Amino acid sequence: MIAARNIGVSFGSRPVLAEVAFEVPAGQFLCIVGPSGCGKTTLLRVLAGLITPSTGKVTVDGQAVRGPARSRAIVFQDYTKALLPWRTVAGNVALGLEACGIAEPERSNRVERLLAKMGLGHCAGHYPAQLSGGMQQRVQIARALGQDPQLLLMDEPFGALDAITRQGLQDEVARIAAEQKTTVVFITHDLEEAIYLGDQVIVLASNPGRVAERITVEIPRPRSQLETREDQRFLAYRHRLFGLLKH
Amino acid sequence: MRGLVIPSVLLILWEAGSRLGVLPPDSTSRPSDIVRAFVQAMADGSLLRDTWLTFEAALLGLVIAGVLGILLGAILGLSPRTERTVGPSIEALRPIPAVALIPLALLVFGFGLRMEAAVVAFAALWPVLLMTVAAVRGVEPRLLELSRSLEFSFSQQLMKIVLPAAFGRIAVGLRLALAISLVVAVTVEIVLNPRGLGHSMIGAQQALRSDLMYAQLLWLGFVGWALNKVAQR
Repeated sequence: MIAARNIGVSFGSRPVLAEVAFEVPAGQFLCIVGPSGCGKTTLLRVLAGLITPSTGKVTVDGQAVRGPARSRAIVFQDYTKALLPWRTVAGNVALGLEACGIAEPERSNRVERLLAKMGLGHCAGHYPAQLSGGMQQRVQIARALGQDPQLLLMDEPFGALDAITRQGLQDEVARIAAEQKTTVVFITHDLEEAIYLGDQVIVLASNPGRVAERITVEIPRPRSQLETREDQRFLAYRHRLFGLLKH
Repeated sequence: MRGLVIPSVLLILWEAGSRLGVLPPDSTSRPSDIVRAFVQAMADGSLLRDTWLTFEAALLGLVIAGVLGILLGAILGLSPRTERTVGPSIEALRPIPAVALIPLALLVFGFGLRMEAAVVAFAALWPVLLMTVAAVRGVEPRLLELSRSLEFSFSQQLMKIVLPAAFGRIAVGLRLALAISLVVAVTVEIVLNPRGLGHSMIGAQQALRSDLMYAQLLWLGFVGWALNKVAQR
């Protein structure tokens, strides 16, 4: 279980996050949604251990987080900057495995499996710049999965993608998270995406970023892009949270 | 082809001028004598041997400068705190002309390869160091975060992320350093180190063999040009 206890972050005298607290049981999918500039990305960096909060702490299974760790993989929003342009797709995916000290030939086997899992088998030898945005984001997800993370942190991973690609990737991430029983914290500014993917949705309010509302999504899995989004419960959640996201 | 017109005309005038006694014979050999001296120096191996001696010192200095410059540059580029501590000392050393270190290098190493390479290394260090610091600072911050979250050690971060990401700009620094290292090596030889092309040129000049001196000069120009061409690949 990952828990945020009273997280506060200030940059200089400007408070960015205040008293953010939540718990994510192992294997759960938490979506954090909020308007731009509400501190979502800062919160994710705190969970990753890249930023030390000014107050409060993050614990994973009771242990306080003191810095970044391989057990907490990050998928960044700006995939063009987060992939190594001089490495092929296979090379980028191998990076996480190299970090874990997995040697050849085991490494190549695992890279092959990860590529197959993310539908990248046919472009193992391509370079990131030769791929579409959606495919590049798949590479990042495959690399993160290679770390065999306990917690997968995703920072608006589909924000820059077109609607069709985004829906396809939503379903894949939901499937993989369910298969591997990985705990996921997923940041988005898209309320429907948050409800569609999450077991739990937290809405952040701005200035400073704080928890405005928290809901548990009682829609069974697997969910479907068509039926789930037309489900009465889905619409009810959307109604309830929509007003909170207006400025 | 048009570019060859002027050199050819000048060569013909030069040859004619010295045959007619218009040009001073001590400082201007005839082109035909220069060609003869060149062929002879090539044939007896002295030119190639001298070239190798100069190369050896230039390359050794360049390698030392490259390794030190890249390593130190990466550390300074990655750690602003170290940069603030070490930076001022570096800025104090940098303005010293490398050639002014020749007497000190002679005192420490004596005549020979090591002394020459040391002076070359000092001169070639700066472009590598400064370009590496700038290149490492320019590495995409997202990649450094990625590296941290993968818990890479310092050397892994260097080899897997930072140096490949900064390679293009570091290569520019190395190319500048290469040109400098040849210049400095020849300078050290001309000033006092009794080896290599620079020393042979001084020898030829003092023996009033201006034909040989010109041959060596033109050869040095060609070598420098060729080296630059190779480095640009």
